[in-house]
Formats: sequence, structure tokens, C-alpha cells
Amino acid sequence: MRRRQLILGLGGASGALAFTLGLGWLQSRGRAQPPAALLPLPIGEMGFALTNHRGEPVRPADWIGRPTMAFFGFTWCPDVCPTTLSDISGWLDELGPDADRLNTVFITVDPERDTQQVLADYLANFDPRITGLTGSLAEVERAVAGFRARFEKVPRDGDYTMDHTAGVFLFRADGRFASIIDYHEDRRFALPKIRRVLT
Amino acid sequence: MKSLILSALLTLSATPVLACETFTLGDLTIEHAWSRATIGADRPGVFYVEITNNGSTDDALIGIATPAAGMPMLHETVVTDGIASMPHAMSIPVPAGQTVELAPGGYHGMLMGLTATLAEGDSFTVTLSFQNAGEVAVNVEVLSLRAEGPDCDDAN
Repeated sequence: MRRRQLILGLGGASGALAFTLGLGWLQSRGRAQPPAALLPLPIGEMGFALTNHRGEPVRPADWIGRPTMAFFGFTWCPDVCPTTLSDISGWLDELGPDADRLNTVFITVDPERDTQQVLADYLANFDPRITGLTGSLAEVERAVAGFRARFEKVPRDGDYTMDHTAGVFLFRADGRFASIIDYHEDRRFALPKIRRVLT
Repeated sequence: MKSLILSALLTLSATPVLACETFTLGDLTIEHAWSRATIGADRPGVFYVEITNNGSTDDALIGIATPAAGMPMLHETVVTDGIASMPHAMSIPVPAGQTVELAPGGYHGMLMGLTATLAEGDSFTVTLSFQNAGEVAVNVEVLSLRAEGPDCDDAN
């Protein structure tokens, strides 16, 4: 795990802000919960309509009843996405049949290049339990907003790349947000987090 | 370099442990040069390598060239406040007595404009340019898209 040099929280800065803003609320309520505004919405409150890499329509309500592990990316990137997908394939391997109960979802932030066919070709290289989602830019934006994630198209060398939230989001079977696995987090911490939503 | 014909670029590796080959250039040792398969030639490939500076003078990797891609460049994956971005790296420091890795999630070579799809088992050449030590060509083994690195006996 030499490459895991950094452990950066999702929105370290926004987390700090959330903490500051939330203090009064926490003190008045006396319960240790961050303010809901900056956390991903429960899946049941999300609204988007995307298509999976097999061409089937997907709505967030479809995920309720099973725990969900979801992350954003784009297949154009040669480093982050194969690494994340490879990590996730490794986690699914280690979880074995337990992972069959997970919705494991890769949502592209680059629907322009990541068509259904591209996602199908790409995902053929990874664990078959990973489902890829694409759709119109507007629907991708709705999904990203529901997760309180971010992405940005960045012009680069006559082409473009995408900056995007790199963490892996975990939700309980009832759709409530559980936790995030950060991009550089050691997998020793990742597996227990996944197991927690599986129980 | 680009004038070389395709068949010369992507020759099948003779052994499955090409990425475990070690190259030396002065005080520098270069090993574990590998790449990942791509699902097409119209998308970028990646280049990873490990460089050890056994000398007493700092050096820096200032560029890469390869017949496998029209526009190879050095990049760094940076995650700030949970957002991953991929800025250019003008040069990658190789300090005296240290090992620097171009590895998943950090520094990497981005191979734009591939001349052909990279398939698992292919190999190609990358020439590394260093500020002080000069240039050295290394063989790069293409592993699967899912690979996290070569499986070498000496890997730590």
C-alpha cells in the first residue's frame, strides 16, 4: 500500500465548514450528528433517471432493499478509474458471495464519451457485479447533486479531462447514507465499512 | 520515432515477466515499467515505473517519449477535498538516495494519441529523459486493465 500516500477526507474543507456550522445545532440537540445538508441524500430522496451498461433504465428507488456502493468516474482517465475499479473488484472478491447483495454502481461523469457501449466494453475487464450508469448530462448532474458530489469538465491539450469526487459512497439497504471510502484510504479500513452496510 | 511501423512497436513479449527487467543509467536504476491494457486506441494509456537514485546528486525525470503514443506526458493524480484532478507534472524529482514511483494514484505517464490499442501481453519502449543522467529506453509490459502492478519476486 505504498501508493496510499494521502488520506484525504471527502471535502476536508467542506467537512470542517460543516462542523463549524453544525456546532450550534449539535449543542442544542446534544447528539453527535453532522448537519444533513452536506451529506448525500438518502437514496429514496434522490431523483435521476439513468441507463445501465446493459441498456436497462435505472432509478434510485431500484436500489432500495439492498445496500449500495456507488462512485463517480470516467473511463477516459488512465489512472484513477482503473485503480478504483480494480480496488472495488478486489473488495468484491474478498467479500465473496456476501457482495452479491450489494448494488455496486459506477456512475460516469463523462456521458459524452462514456456511452452504454463504452461502459460495457470497459466493465468487461472488472468484477461483473459492477454496474455502469450513463445518460444525459442533466440526469448525471441530478445524480451528482443527490450524492452532494462534484465534477467539472477541464479543457486539456485540445481535449478535456474531468475532475470529480473520487470517494466511494456506501448506503444502507433502506437507502440511508452510511459512509465514504476515500480514494487513498487503506483497504484495511474499506472492507469493514462495506461489511457494516451488509449487516 | 513515430515513423517506426506498428508491428515494431507492439511486439509480443517473449516472457511474462518483462516488467521485472531492470535498467541502469549512471546512478539510476529503473524497474517495474508497466502499463494497462486499453479498450481502444482512441483513449489514453498509462505508464508506471520505479526509479531509484543510488547516487549522491539529485536528479529529475523531465520527460518521456514512446513510439506507442503521439503525445506522452507526465501527470500527477491529486485528490484535494475529495476531488480527483490530474495536473501536468513538469518534472518529477528523483532525490539522491531515494526511490520514486510512478504508480497508481500518484505520478504517472499519460500516453495520449496511442498508435494502437494496448492489449495485455503487448510491450513497447519508453525513453525516459533525466535532467542530469540523460536518456534511457526501457521495455514496458502491458498488464490487464485491472492490474495494480507487476508481480516480481523482488517487488516489495
